[in-house]
Amino acid sequence: MRALCRACCEWSGPELSGPDLCAACGATRIVRHPELEALTIAHIDCDAFYASVEKRDRPELRYEPVIVGHPGGRGVVTTACYNARRYGVRSAMPMFQALERCPHATVIPPDMAKYRRVGLEIRDIFREATEIVEPVSLDEAYLDLSPENMVSTMPAAEALALIAHRVESEIGITVSVGLSANKLLAKLASEREKPRGFSVIGRAEAKRYLAALPVSKINGVGPSTERRLAAAGIVTIGDLQAVPEIELTAAHGKLGRRLAQFAVGEDDRAVQPDRPAKSISAETTFRRDTADLSALMVALEPLAARVATALDRKGLAGAAVVVKLKTATFQIVSRSRRLQRPTQRADILLEAARPIVEREADGRLFRLAGIGVDGLVPAAEADPPDLFGG
Amino acid sequence: MRLVIERSELMRALGHVTSVVERRTTIPILSNVLLRAVGSSLELKATDLEREVVEAVSADVQQPGAITVPAHMLNDIVRKLPEGAEIEMVRDAERERLTIRAGQARFALQTIVADDFPDLAAGEMGHTFEIPAADLKSLIEKTRFAISTEETRYYLNGIYLHTAERSGQPTLRAVATDGHRLAQLDVDLPEGAQGMPGVIVPRKTVHEIHRLIEASSAPITVGVSAAKVRFVIGPITLTSKLIDGSFPDYQRVIPQSNDKSMKVSNSQFMSAVDRVSTIASERGRAVKLAIAPDKLVLSVTNPDGGSATEELAVDYAANSFEIGFNARYLLDISGQLESDTLQFLLADPGSPTMVKDGGEDRALYVLMPMRV
Repeated sequence: MRALCRACCEWSGPELSGPDLCAACGATRIVRHPELEALTIAHIDCDAFYASVEKRDRPELRYEPVIVGHPGGRGVVTTACYNARRYGVRSAMPMFQALERCPHATVIPPDMAKYRRVGLEIRDIFREATEIVEPVSLDEAYLDLSPENMVSTMPAAEALALIAHRVESEIGITVSVGLSANKLLAKLASEREKPRGFSVIGRAEAKRYLAALPVSKINGVGPSTERRLAAAGIVTIGDLQAVPEIELTAAHGKLGRRLAQFAVGEDDRAVQPDRPAKSISAETTFRRDTADLSALMVALEPLAARVATALDRKGLAGAAVVVKLKTATFQIVSRSRRLQRPTQRADILLEAARPIVEREADGRLFRLAGIGVDGLVPAAEADPPDLFGG
Repeated sequence: MRLVIERSELMRALGHVTSVVERRTTIPILSNVLLRAVGSSLELKATDLEREVVEAVSADVQQPGAITVPAHMLNDIVRKLPEGAEIEMVRDAERERLTIRAGQARFALQTIVADDFPDLAAGEMGHTFEIPAADLKSLIEKTRFAISTEETRYYLNGIYLHTAERSGQPTLRAVATDGHRLAQLDVDLPEGAQGMPGVIVPRKTVHEIHRLIEASSAPITVGVSAAKVRFVIGPITLTSKLIDGSFPDYQRVIPQSNDKSMKVSNSQFMSAVDRVSTIASERGRAVKLAIAPDKLVLSVTNPDGGSATEELAVDYAANSFEIGFNARYLLDISGQLESDTLQFLLADPGSPTMVKDGGEDRALYVLMPMRV
């Protein structure tokens, strides 16, 4: 069983022993789970999002309690930082009450435009890993990191560790990640270790883990359903597991069926991207940086084949080829070129990518290369038959 | 250098040579036209390094010499001078200027010395022959629409001019293709063209020649070598580099046994294709041809836009089937026809289809069907 280091995003082999220290960087932020490399559905939630953004922009408040919300008698707390939460401040609490508990907190009126901007920046980082991103709100999203949806070939867990790392280093706020088999469990996982968490719930332990939780943890169980269930003596999800599905359906209709499924950790809701995919791409990071044109082209070959396969499976074709290169100094070069006509073919993508790579391969060392397509159109418009079979 | 020249003469020659001058070029002298006064004429020359055009016009040369000046600027100046103006040009070598005087107007243009001007014309032409202007014009007009613009297939970016045979008669043949359609035209093989190597004349050269043919109805002298081609069109000489590549074996994609013949009125067909393809969101979408005895139904379906059909009477007697073509390709071919009889020779929905012109049997077209 391999373990993943969240600090350096490297995998450690089974030899990792004794205290959980990363063999590569020595950090203690190790994730290990029997199903770590098999799970692909994630929920990512920014920690105390509005407050974190404000603290990022006002570093002097870093260790101070911060409350985002409209000050004054009738205001309520929109978000409290983790420091303020220690004093009992909670979201939606009237401001006067919050300030009774934590009089020295700094109150900052919300700047929604700023949060929206930051939220979209974070979402862009998510989308660099997968096109299948379902935003729930500005600071929260589900990601489907199944291999066919991923830009790179790394396991979902590694992609998530990288995302968390990038959001922290590039945006300046922390996130909590939940990785599991479906949306229900992924969300519960992300809540488990907040803040800056990385939690995994495997299929094997799902039922047992759920049993101890109150029914209100189930997506869709609000106060009124909770009261109705409580009236029937159902308080925990474990109680729910004991009730046959037919009884739940009789008592709660459609919701009953869902409750029965959720209670045992089953959830067949797909991650629904909020917009159709605009591009499809694949990339790889080299073991050793390279400046060599032919090495770059060789690296693009299997990636182009993956893009072609993905296009074929989705019945799409690309109208432009996109080449992405990352230099050893982490500069990202992204160049696109319109194709003569849309294509699904790997060889045509490679051929179109060649002049771009030739232009960029000017001696700089590259650590990553990727290829993709932009301007997706139905496959019917692509690759008309050729007289010369070319 | 000092001379006097009539405006209309100069303007006509400038019009011929300056069109090869690139508007944007990184080599300054390529923006210029070379003016060489010698004997009783002024020779103008322009180039883009792939081709050059030279034309001599009569002038009253008082002192021979040569200089280069910005081509488009000179062209604009001459165009704006009054009709019938006498233009005097004097080179001021010391100040590196060319002074142009006409009436009360006076211009001083910056110059670059003529010695640096590239010369493409050097080298022997192994084969030289004369071809009627009308034949050369047909060779270009009937085929150039099919020239590929795909840079990766640079060897298709021109017209393949070569000797061939049609019903036992030697011909000079032009072929152009972009892999999706092919156009071919034969003319009688001119005397002296026997044994010339097959050459690929670049697209831009093709368009230049076509433009220059308009200037003359006299026979055109063509010189061919392994690397260059030269056309002498009256007082104009165009020399062009050839595309250095091998043209694919096009003969093998020309269907030999397509036996299902469909004849249709070209004007009706063209209008109908144009009408039904309005529905397609972009031109270049497939038109479906449902072919049945004496009846053709054209249709276009666009999932986002709707659908269109139109029925035409045709002369067809074989079995019914459906085949799809790119609407624009159909229109391109229809536009070439001399007669109103468009003939399709078909095999099946997946194989190349031959298209012929009832009034021009020297031409043939091949179209690759689309999946519909």
